[in-house]
Amino acid sequence: MTMKRTIVAALSAAGLALASGLALAAGQYGPGASDSEIKIGNTMPYSGPASAYGVIGKTEAGYFAMINEQGGINGRKINFISRDDGYSPPKTVEQVRQLVEQDQVLFMFSPLGTPTNTAIHGYLNDNKVPQLFVASGADQWNDPKRYPWTMGWLPSYGTEARIYARYILKNLPDAKIAVLYQNDDFGKDYLNGLRDGLGDKAAKMIIATQSYETTDPTVDSQIVALQGSGADVLLTAAIPKYAAQAIRKVYDVGWKPTHFLTSVSNSVGTVMKSAGFEKGVGIISASFIKDPTDPQWQDTPEYKEWLAFMKKYNASANTADVQAAVGYSYAQTLVDVLKASGDNLTRENVMKEAASLHNLALPMLLPGVTVSTSASDFAPIKQMQLQKFDGTTWKLFGEVISASGS
Amino acid sequence: MHQLLQQIFSGLAAGAIYASLALALVMIYRATDLVNFAQGEMAMFSTYMAWTLVNAGLPFWGAFIVTLLLSFLGGMAIERVVIRPVENAPVLAAVVVTIGLLLIFNSLAGWIYTYTVQDFPSPFPDRPLLGALITTRDLGVIGMTLVMLILLFAFFRFTATGLAMRAAAQNPASARLCGIRVGRMLAIGWGLAAAIGATAGIMVAPVLFLDPNMMGGVLLYAFAGALLGGITSPVGAVVGGLIVGVTENLVGTYLIASQLKLTVALALIILVLVLRPNGLFGTAIVRRM
Amino acid sequence: MTKSFPVVAPERLAGDRYAGVSLRAWRWLAALVLIALAAALPFALSKYQVFELTMVMIYAIAVLGLNILTGYNGQISLGHGAFFAAGAYTTAILMHRYGVPYWATVPPAALISFVLGVLFGLPALRFEGPYLALVTLAMALAMPQLLKYFDTWTGGVQGINLVKPMPPPGLGIDRDRWLYLLVLVVLLLAMRVAANMLHGRTGRALVAIRDHPIAAAAMGINTARYKTLAFGTSTLFTGVAGALAAIVIGYVSPESYSLFLSISFLVGSAVGGIATIGGAIVGGLFIQFVPNLANDISDAAPWALYGLAMLLFMYAMPRGVVGTLGPWFARSMRQIQPHRAACAGSEEECNGRML
Repeated sequence: MTMKRTIVAALSAAGLALASGLALAAGQYGPGASDSEIKIGNTMPYSGPASAYGVIGKTEAGYFAMINEQGGINGRKINFISRDDGYSPPKTVEQVRQLVEQDQVLFMFSPLGTPTNTAIHGYLNDNKVPQLFVASGADQWNDPKRYPWTMGWLPSYGTEARIYARYILKNLPDAKIAVLYQNDDFGKDYLNGLRDGLGDKAAKMIIATQSYETTDPTVDSQIVALQGSGADVLLTAAIPKYAAQAIRKVYDVGWKPTHFLTSVSNSVGTVMKSAGFEKGVGIISASFIKDPTDPQWQDTPEYKEWLAFMKKYNASANTADVQAAVGYSYAQTLVDVLKASGDNLTRENVMKEAASLHNLALPMLLPGVTVSTSASDFAPIKQMQLQKFDGTTWKLFGEVISASGS
Repeated sequence: MHQLLQQIFSGLAAGAIYASLALALVMIYRATDLVNFAQGEMAMFSTYMAWTLVNAGLPFWGAFIVTLLLSFLGGMAIERVVIRPVENAPVLAAVVVTIGLLLIFNSLAGWIYTYTVQDFPSPFPDRPLLGALITTRDLGVIGMTLVMLILLFAFFRFTATGLAMRAAAQNPASARLCGIRVGRMLAIGWGLAAAIGATAGIMVAPVLFLDPNMMGGVLLYAFAGALLGGITSPVGAVVGGLIVGVTENLVGTYLIASQLKLTVALALIILVLVLRPNGLFGTAIVRRM
Repeated sequence: MTKSFPVVAPERLAGDRYAGVSLRAWRWLAALVLIALAAALPFALSKYQVFELTMVMIYAIAVLGLNILTGYNGQISLGHGAFFAAGAYTTAILMHRYGVPYWATVPPAALISFVLGVLFGLPALRFEGPYLALVTLAMALAMPQLLKYFDTWTGGVQGINLVKPMPPPGLGIDRDRWLYLLVLVVLLLAMRVAANMLHGRTGRALVAIRDHPIAAAAMGINTARYKTLAFGTSTLFTGVAGALAAIVIGYVSPESYSLFLSISFLVGSAVGGIATIGGAIVGGLFIQFVPNLANDISDAAPWALYGLAMLLFMYAMPRGVVGTLGPWFARSMRQIQPHRAACAGSEEECNGRML
């Protein structure tokens, strides 16, 4: 009798252990996650005036396809659902609601744009859905106290402008500054960041500003007006097309200011080449990522690996497009976070892992620039390096600068 | 003073860009009584065709001629296939069709050629003249626009086809009675407009840089310029385009902050139209009641 | 003496009976059933689908405004997005700066949009055809610039985030369904007002001005007053739609009101049927769903498909869905009732009555 009871007890205990072991292996799941897949939501402007940034989404999709072919993450495939919002905030709200409520994604990854993300961050935080690695250079995504579910990724435009301000204060203290900016959040962030970085000297040093709309065909008139102000420093906060026009016009009118150029538009193969290499000599910019068209990177194994990825998984994109390198790095950051989450794929845990990145180095980031987060620091990339154009390539100078959002 | 001159010259250079597209708009309007909202995107697409040819090894002028021919044929084909079904429909249907065409061309260009900015070779060297007031390239654009204007003017005034086209547009029924093939005239009109647009795009791409959204803003200003000058007048289109270019520059520099430049410039144009509702050189649109 | 043709008085039409019930009663019954269905629908659908349908209705109100102007008055507007924005920002500023509850912001939004419409209608009267298109285009382009410039009021490029509206506590329904019902009520009201306006004297005057302006003036119709009224009423409707959109989306920014929005309204109006009231709903459906469908079909060039859809709709039904199907439906109805003589009014008026 005792023998039978013992055997039954032993078997039950074994059965219990087995069952709970299975449960542990099966993992904890939030909506959209299971043993076989992780559903991720994304919105991108694939149509409309901002469609040039759609390549980020396409690159991310290609990267996840590659990861899936290599076996997925901890055995699970990534189901990347990316929707077009045409850079229109009402559309973004609609697409995000569909992704969260109908498609039941685990979280939103790298949605693009500032007004578009502003439209959804209340909803996502209210519903406790991670808004991870926002693809926007605004300062406001690093606010874990008020928006614990929202995290940025890029060094913000304001941060970059403050780096330029610091350089100017140190090296050009008597500068008279002119600013060309796109009349939207992107351009204004640079203008305000510059003002912020110059502090109480701002009013005296910034003597002229000119804006342009994306419906303006050229910015020639603005450049002429800025030259007329007598400034000897120029900050150009413009998207690639207008930046190229500005660089060319500055040269053509015979103006030789110390010219600071936004990191968004410093690609050698598109902007500098279009403007004319000789016209861009001496321009100062900052960067956190390797420009794929810059000759100094093209012999490195990291570039070759990226190029091979592009050819196989992202063939529709242009290999001269720095945004493709950006998308690649976004995707790699996420893969790291998902790998670290292991079998605990709840929204809370993904957010926690995202806030626990320690000096993550990515192949296409500049040497010395890494990704780091903490519970109070939701700005993964805070470092940039200054560089000067010498007619062929961007010569990095100084050390990697760590700047935070104000 | 130097700044004033520079702004005026910059304005003329920009205005020539608007004027060249405005000529295409006028062409379509005179031929078919329609404003073609897809004109800019068609021009952009033609420019991409030229770009493909140049990249394939053709010399610039060779690519130019081939693109003009292709655009002419393409424009005719579009009239026959896309526009013909709504020719007798309410005007709004035709407007919506041209809007649909705009989206199709823009989207196709983005898909085939990506949205990365490209540079485009120019037949005119890029040297500054008159003490950096203007470059030889800008002069080239202005020159080509004037050449097109003269050709267009001569076409309508002095050729039989031009006369037939004017007749077909003004009074299709009577024109048919005179033996004019109205359908063919409409197609030729669209073909010529497409060719003009292609020329505009090719001249303009070295200045604006080539990307699928290159012509979006230009179309708006060209539209304003064409109407300012009078939508029925080629001379008006050029004058209107140049005025829009110069006004915009001067307004942005001297009158108001650049953040309100577009608004004020448009307001001024509308003010002129209030005083002359058919544009500076236009003829009144008479409706038979 | 025999009459060669029976003279049909309106009462005779209304007196037609079918299955013992008057035609007018049948129409009321059909309308009530549709309204009841529409009101019950949100409780059978998911919150997201309810949200989508709410947006459809909002766009329908906006397109209805455009229909009043373009269809019944013949004036083409490329600038209604600006009035949509005006209504939206009125709501946003009142809610954000002055703490006005969301439902109370709609009347001021309507008023401001009306006033702006009258102000723009006055100079717009001088223009015809493409010239009017340019003037309205200028409004659409100027609006985002102005919104960005007056940033102390409008929040500038950052936009304004709005407090989410709370449904009344006693009803026990959630926010999405409450907003749906609210917008449904406004839509029905708008359709009723439009119908009354357009099937009465005002409507006949507008149609006369559209088709035979000189004759209309000769008959004593004050063209200037009616055209301005048409403009103002049209912008009022679109402004109300904008206000509702701001409440439902919860965020306004200059980027939300681009030229593409104005063009979308025009396309929606044409696809639905410019001189119809029911066509506005079709237009709203088109604007809301076709771009999404295009996106689902093609990842590469979604807008090309959207453009193609526009082309196909215009080829198949150049007068719009309701504009083309309406007369067909009316003809079929006439076959069912052989006693019914030809409608006394114009085709548009008769079709308007069907819906």
